[in-house]
Amino acid sequence: MTKKTHRLTAAALLALMFAMIIVLEQIIKPTDAAAMLLTVLKKSSVYALVAVSMNLLNGFTGLFSLGQAGFMLLGAYTYAIFTIPLADREFVYQYYDCVVHFSFPEALGSIMGGFGALLGVALAVILAGLVAAAAAWLIGLPVLRLKSDYLAIATLGFAEIIRAVFQWGKLGPVTNAANPLKNYVRLNFFRLSIGDTTINLSAFASVMMATLCIGAIVLLVNSSYGRAFKAIREDEIAAEAMGLNLYRLKQLAFCISSFFAGIGGAMLAMFANTVQANNFKAAMTYEILLIVVLGGIGSISGSCISALLFIFSSEWWLRGLDSGRFLGIAAPSVFRNGFRLVVFSLIIMAVVLFFRRGIMGDKELPYAAGRLWGRLRAFLAKADRKAGEPNG
Amino acid sequence: MAEAVLRLEDVTMQFGGVVAVNDLSLEVNEGEIVALIGPNGAGKTTAFNCITGVYEPTNGRVLFHGEAIVEGYPQGRMRAQYKGENLGKYANTIRYTPDRITRRGIARTFQNIRLFKALTVFENVLIAKHMRARQNVFSAALRLNAKEERRMRDEVKLLLDAQNLAHLKDHVASSLPYGLQRRLEIARALATGPSLLLLDEPAAGMNPQETQELAAFIQELREEYKLTIFLIEHHMDLVMKISDRVYVLDFGNLISHGTPDHVQSDPRVIEAYLGVADDAED
Repeated sequence: MTKKTHRLTAAALLALMFAMIIVLEQIIKPTDAAAMLLTVLKKSSVYALVAVSMNLLNGFTGLFSLGQAGFMLLGAYTYAIFTIPLADREFVYQYYDCVVHFSFPEALGSIMGGFGALLGVALAVILAGLVAAAAAWLIGLPVLRLKSDYLAIATLGFAEIIRAVFQWGKLGPVTNAANPLKNYVRLNFFRLSIGDTTINLSAFASVMMATLCIGAIVLLVNSSYGRAFKAIREDEIAAEAMGLNLYRLKQLAFCISSFFAGIGGAMLAMFANTVQANNFKAAMTYEILLIVVLGGIGSISGSCISALLFIFSSEWWLRGLDSGRFLGIAAPSVFRNGFRLVVFSLIIMAVVLFFRRGIMGDKELPYAAGRLWGRLRAFLAKADRKAGEPNG
Repeated sequence: MAEAVLRLEDVTMQFGGVVAVNDLSLEVNEGEIVALIGPNGAGKTTAFNCITGVYEPTNGRVLFHGEAIVEGYPQGRMRAQYKGENLGKYANTIRYTPDRITRRGIARTFQNIRLFKALTVFENVLIAKHMRARQNVFSAALRLNAKEERRMRDEVKLLLDAQNLAHLKDHVASSLPYGLQRRLEIARALATGPSLLLLDEPAAGMNPQETQELAAFIQELREEYKLTIFLIEHHMDLVMKISDRVYVLDFGNLISHGTPDHVQSDPRVIEAYLGVADDAED
């Protein structure tokens, strides 16, 4: 197949996926058991984006950084602060005098109506990414001189510092200190009302945002800069001898990765009801790292697949293990709180043992699909020959 | 006489109390092939690392086309420890990172081949083109630099054709046999558009047949790309065959220099190097 048909196939598959999501969203009612599918889909789109952004740094540039949760926090707060309606601010900031009196969706919505509100949300999301990227730039100044484990420890430390600072009482007028932010624009904002019928687009919006961002990362990775990142991963000394400015390229990768982590944070805020600094713990970074490693370090489609599997298992498929009934087996004495994590850990261990380099290694989906197709054809040809032998 | 392409002035490199290179002065003129030889541990690679900005020399200066690219003098604790000469002769610190020195036109290869192992032959060479491409991260990601990208790819294709590596362009670098990996490393260095090429033991691990081919290859490079070549080598037959001039280092000190014939008959060299090298000549 040529490059062009590859692209067309990919575009067609994506369009099909989006059409399916939109249809599912209309069919499934919030009270159905299948509504879980949509919830899990939204959450996994967030995790897929953040995992890919982490992969850009850890897998493609070879910088072992563990600051993802901190940058997500920055994104989530920036997004929430700039989308809470002005009228609700007094209620949300109940112990403080809110100093930020600006909401993107409201400001633009008052000029341009529904489209303005949408534009406002988009701007708030982009601002969330920019704030995270700016913080990454500052943190990168001292931290990017470190290598491997030391870099991981330093970025982890900075993420924890960010979390602590956001809970600081003195910053209450901006961050609402340790209290949650709420009433900001959430995913249910994305719907179209035509007459009496409402088309719900929340899962579509979430997956769409993640797809756009991941698409941008794919384009970057396949560009001249992506090659330069990979060169740094392969051999820093040789990369420098080839005229690559190590420090600037590392700083660039760090900022871009954090930019998308910030957007992921904003999407997580949209998905959840509230934003609270205490939720962005190091454990969140470890979850994302787990997704990256399971999917394959250096494989973008691997990160996406692994994010889907991870969130679907932990939030949905294995839920029964915690609540007494799993796969139709009722065993309340075994399937108790915490049993899910035991099974989950066993599954992860099995995956790591049998797929040493993650599900995809460092290959991408088209390559894996091509190989699978090749094997299938070889198998079919063999079966054909066998079937033909007795007659001939 | 025209200005030398590369000139080292009193370069001294001291690690703690150990003097790796002591007061090294040499010059490489336009279009010459000059060799730096010496027994193991003589400080040859250290000298290369001082030129390319990997190390910061303790004292001394490096000039490239008459312009100082590296300069240093003992500072801090080194002031008390310094064992070399020419103290006080240099008072500036000029320090470029290796990438900026490459950008000025000095390309190098490494003693222990340093390819981008998981990338293809084509990508390996293409990366060398990144530094001179007119693009930024946005234009590259959004494919607004298509023309620039095509130019880079075309140049790499031409270079690979010229180096007889074109048929291997989609092979992963680490899958190539040793000799071809060396060829690829040289091709990658050429792709940075250098005027001076530093080769660190290009014939290491090669058999006599391959070494002979390499000798012809290096001479071809000089003609074709109008290069000046400065190399470190242990294979004496290669050095004597292709070099215009030879510098000999021993324990960090320059003990002799001149034409290959002159160096070969210098008693100090024979004592330090060729005397024991009779058995270890290849």
